[in-house]
Amino acid sequence: MGNKLLEVKELRTYFHTFKGVVKAVDGISFSLEEGEILGIVGESGSGKSVTSFSILKLIEEPGVVEAEEILFKGEDLFRKSEKDMMKVRGREISMIFQDPMTSLNPLYTIQQQIEEMLKLHGNFNEGQRKERCIELLRLVGIPNPEDRLKSYPHQFSGGMRQRVIIAIALAANPKLIIADEPTTALDVTIQAQILKLMKELVYNEGASLILITHDLAVVSQMADRIAVMYCGKIVEEGSTDDIIKNTAHPYTKGLLNSIPRLNKNLNRLEQIPGMVPNMFDLPRGCKFAPRCKYSKEKCLVEEPKNIIVGRGHRTACHFPLKEGYILD
Amino acid sequence: MIKLLEVKDLVQSFNLTSDFLDKLKLKNGRVTIESRVVNAVNGISFYINRGEVFSLVGESGCGKSTTARTIIKILEPKGGKILYKDRDITRLGPKEMLPLRKEIQMIFQDPYASLNPRQKVKDIIMEPMLFHRVAANKDEAYNKSIEILKKVGLRPEQANRYPHQFSGGQRQRIGIARALAVEPELIIADEPVSALDVSIQAQILNLLMDLKDEYGFSYLFIAHDLSVVRHISDRLGVMYLGCIVEKGSKEQIFSNPLHPYTRILLSSVPTIDEESITDSLELKGEIPSPIDLPSGCYFHKRCPFAKEICKKVVPQLKEIEDGHEAACHILLGEEGDRDNEKKGYTR
Repeated sequence: MGNKLLEVKELRTYFHTFKGVVKAVDGISFSLEEGEILGIVGESGSGKSVTSFSILKLIEEPGVVEAEEILFKGEDLFRKSEKDMMKVRGREISMIFQDPMTSLNPLYTIQQQIEEMLKLHGNFNEGQRKERCIELLRLVGIPNPEDRLKSYPHQFSGGMRQRVIIAIALAANPKLIIADEPTTALDVTIQAQILKLMKELVYNEGASLILITHDLAVVSQMADRIAVMYCGKIVEEGSTDDIIKNTAHPYTKGLLNSIPRLNKNLNRLEQIPGMVPNMFDLPRGCKFAPRCKYSKEKCLVEEPKNIIVGRGHRTACHFPLKEGYILD
Repeated sequence: MIKLLEVKDLVQSFNLTSDFLDKLKLKNGRVTIESRVVNAVNGISFYINRGEVFSLVGESGCGKSTTARTIIKILEPKGGKILYKDRDITRLGPKEMLPLRKEIQMIFQDPYASLNPRQKVKDIIMEPMLFHRVAANKDEAYNKSIEILKKVGLRPEQANRYPHQFSGGQRQRIGIARALAVEPELIIADEPVSALDVSIQAQILNLLMDLKDEYGFSYLFIAHDLSVVRHISDRLGVMYLGCIVEKGSKEQIFSNPLHPYTRILLSSVPTIDEESITDSLELKGEIPSPIDLPSGCYFHKRCPFAKEICKKVVPQLKEIEDGHEAACHILLGEEGDRDNEKKGYTR
């Protein structure tokens, strides 16, 4: 702990379309320490997935990524060539995608798909590769891995496929795993299994994890720190405890209150009025101002700066729900 | 209380091998005849009182949606009875069902797929009105549809737009408006909020509750999200492999879950409050295939408490307290816990 693994500074990803420029990610900065789990939460369209693709430089035309720096183990990913990035993807940073039904190739066996990773990122002979495949499948909790090697993805259920994907992501012992909504497509009981597994693996393998999800409850169970995104910006970032208990941004508060609770009786849910603004026509000033019940004149004109409201806890709001000071 | 809808031992199954050629299978070099049937709903019973919200919860593949579809007879029931206002509607033909379709409406899960992309919003809402003669002519229907749009939180000028011009939450509002158009008594909502973002989900849940208070609807609410179900229901049934394993009032089920499956389901739900998911009861394995159902209790292979009897005998629903029923050989109430502790099972 304590060593910065990833440091993203002023990341911007803009999509230049015929209808105008979409600022999917607009100047976000965050960092991740070794062994840490960072949760990025936000509603659809808030730019959380684009952030993860941008780190790996997987953004295609008409998208353009700009950043001051994306430091990974002290190296600037942003200035790396495509050829060098190939060595980073999968080996150093690997990704787990949302949809376990479509992120495996239906035409190859599980073994072939895991081996591909081992061929690209390691010096194994055939026998070692097979052994490693079995070891990986056992690690992610697939029963009788020896017999399942020759199976095709369609012979697995959703939860099992997600396990295979996690096995592939772990194959080259990456330092950082980015999981984009890894359990959204799964049932709750299976979700609990997968989340537990991921947390264990991250601790045991000494990797770090960026968990991207729309589900605050999932993130609060998993992450050490949470960043809340809205319209391409991080509106609040802090330790999980601070975000849940000492909430500073009205949007985070609204999100927390709109979740029905299992152990509380509420007559009505508090709702955030309106909806996420059109990305082509973002409001001036604070992006959340039109939906915010605390918004004042100033919010509509001036974009809020980051305010430090606690140790390692910052928020971008003119009138945070907690006292703080502006850091220049 | 008056029972609006009652379902008795409802059975639904799908024959995968209705064609003779499908039945032929090559096994160990021999051709054998084998028929495979998906047993989607295996004899479930419940009732909904007037003005009540009854929910069916369960994981994917447990038969919740099939139950809903069978009740409104999009699918013909294979067994059991459906009583609506004490009238047996199980064997009614399509023509006889027509007047009932006005009284029972459905809200679908996917707000993108359940609206006709080539119809304007006003037409989507006016069509059922004119068909069921809720409105005498087009003008009246138009005026009514504007009223309904306001009710569900859309602006009157949006009536002339097409579905693609709306966001997911707004489309779900249109779906709700369409259900309201014919002044139904029972609304079957099949996962109405699962495709929506949390902030929008809260808006739609509040809207559904407000409408219920205003019009006195009854809901059959189908969902996989236990916290949503807890928020909206009066009573609920927990489904597993086409059976209701436990049913009762919201308070009964959430404060004193009896069936092991209900308990595990409850503890798997991630919450923002203290309790950590890493300490949750873990369910081993996955739902068995509904093609070959397990013997005895359908849950026994995954149940941490299963005993010999569970493998052989199918447990029946037993009433444990007033209106609270569970189907399990080893009932896990407080007494069950004490029993299990004695025998060395610990949670």
